[in-house]
Amino acid sequence: MISLSQFLIFGAILFSISVAGIFLNRKNVLVLLMAIELMLLAVNVNFIAFSHFFNDINGQIFVFFVLTVAAAEAAIGLAILVTLFRNRRTINVEDLTAMKG
Amino acid sequence: MTLYQFLFYAFASSAVISAIRVVTVKNPVHAALFLVLTFFSTALVWVLMEAEFLGIVLVLVYVGAVMVLFLFVVMMLDINLVPLREGFVRNLPVGMFVALVMVIELGFIVGPQSFGLSIYPAPTAAPAGVSNTLALGSELYTTFVYPFEIAAFILLVAIVAAISLAHRKREGVLYQNIDAQVRVRREDRMRIVKMASSTPKSAEATETKPSENRRNTP
Repeated sequence: MISLSQFLIFGAILFSISVAGIFLNRKNVLVLLMAIELMLLAVNVNFIAFSHFFNDINGQIFVFFVLTVAAAEAAIGLAILVTLFRNRRTINVEDLTAMKG
Repeated sequence: MTLYQFLFYAFASSAVISAIRVVTVKNPVHAALFLVLTFFSTALVWVLMEAEFLGIVLVLVYVGAVMVLFLFVVMMLDINLVPLREGFVRNLPVGMFVALVMVIELGFIVGPQSFGLSIYPAPTAAPAGVSNTLALGSELYTTFVYPFEIAAFILLVAIVAAISLAHRKREGVLYQNIDAQVRVRREDRMRIVKMASSTPKSAEATETKPSENRRNTP
C-alpha cells in the first residue's frame, strides 16, 4: 500500500516545483498565477491525504473551501491582468512600477 | 506491486512531470495545457485517496472552468514573449537549488520515519455503497453551513470584481435603449391626421409622416 508519507512527499514535490517556477518566471505574471494555482493544489493534496488516513471528512471540506477561494483568486487575478495589459500593453513584472516610491 | 501502487506512481509521476513542464515551457499556452494535465493527474490521485467528489470537482471546476479562463486570457493577450524569458537561465540554478532544498527538508519532516505505514497504517477501503458525496454534503450543510454561505459570498464578490475590472465603456457604440423602447407611447411614434373621408383629390395631399424620433439615435 501507499503510505501517508508518499502522498505528502508528492504534495511537497508539487509545491517545490511551483516555488521554483516563481523563481524562474519572475517576469511573466501569467505563469506566476499558474504557479500559485499549483501551490494551492499541492496543499490540497496534503489535506486530502490526511483526511484519508485519519478517516476524517473535515479535511475534504477544507479543500472544498480552498478550491472556492482559488477559483475566485484566479478570476480576479486574470481580470486584473487583462486590465493591466489593456493599459500598459505588457505583462512584464519589471515594467509595472507605477507604485514605486 | 499492486494495481493501487502502480496507479499512484503513474498518476503522481505524470503530475510531477507536467508540473515541471508548466514552469519551464516557453509558450504560456503550452504551460496552461500542461497545467490542465497536472490538475487531471492530481484529481486521479485524489480519487485513489477516496476523495471522489473533490476529484470530480477538480476536473469540472479547474480543468473545465478555470483553466479555460486561463487559456482564454493567454490567447486574448498579444504577449511579446522574448522579454518575459529574460533571466530564465540566470535564475535556473537558484530556482532549482531552492526547490531541491525544500524537497529535502520537507522530506525530512514528512518522510517515512514520521508518517510511514508503521506509524499510520493504510486505512481499510470504504465498503461498496459508501457515498463520499453524501458524507461531504451532510457535513457541509450542517456543521459548515455558515462557512459554506461565506464561500458563496466570496464567489459573488469575485464575479462582481472580475466584471467591474474587465468591463470597458466604449465611446461611440450604438446600442438599444431597452428602457426607452419599452416606455414609448403611441403619441411618440404616430400622429393621427384627421382627413376627410372620401375626396380623391385631397387623399394624396395629406400623408402621415412619423413624428420626430426623440430617442437616443445618434
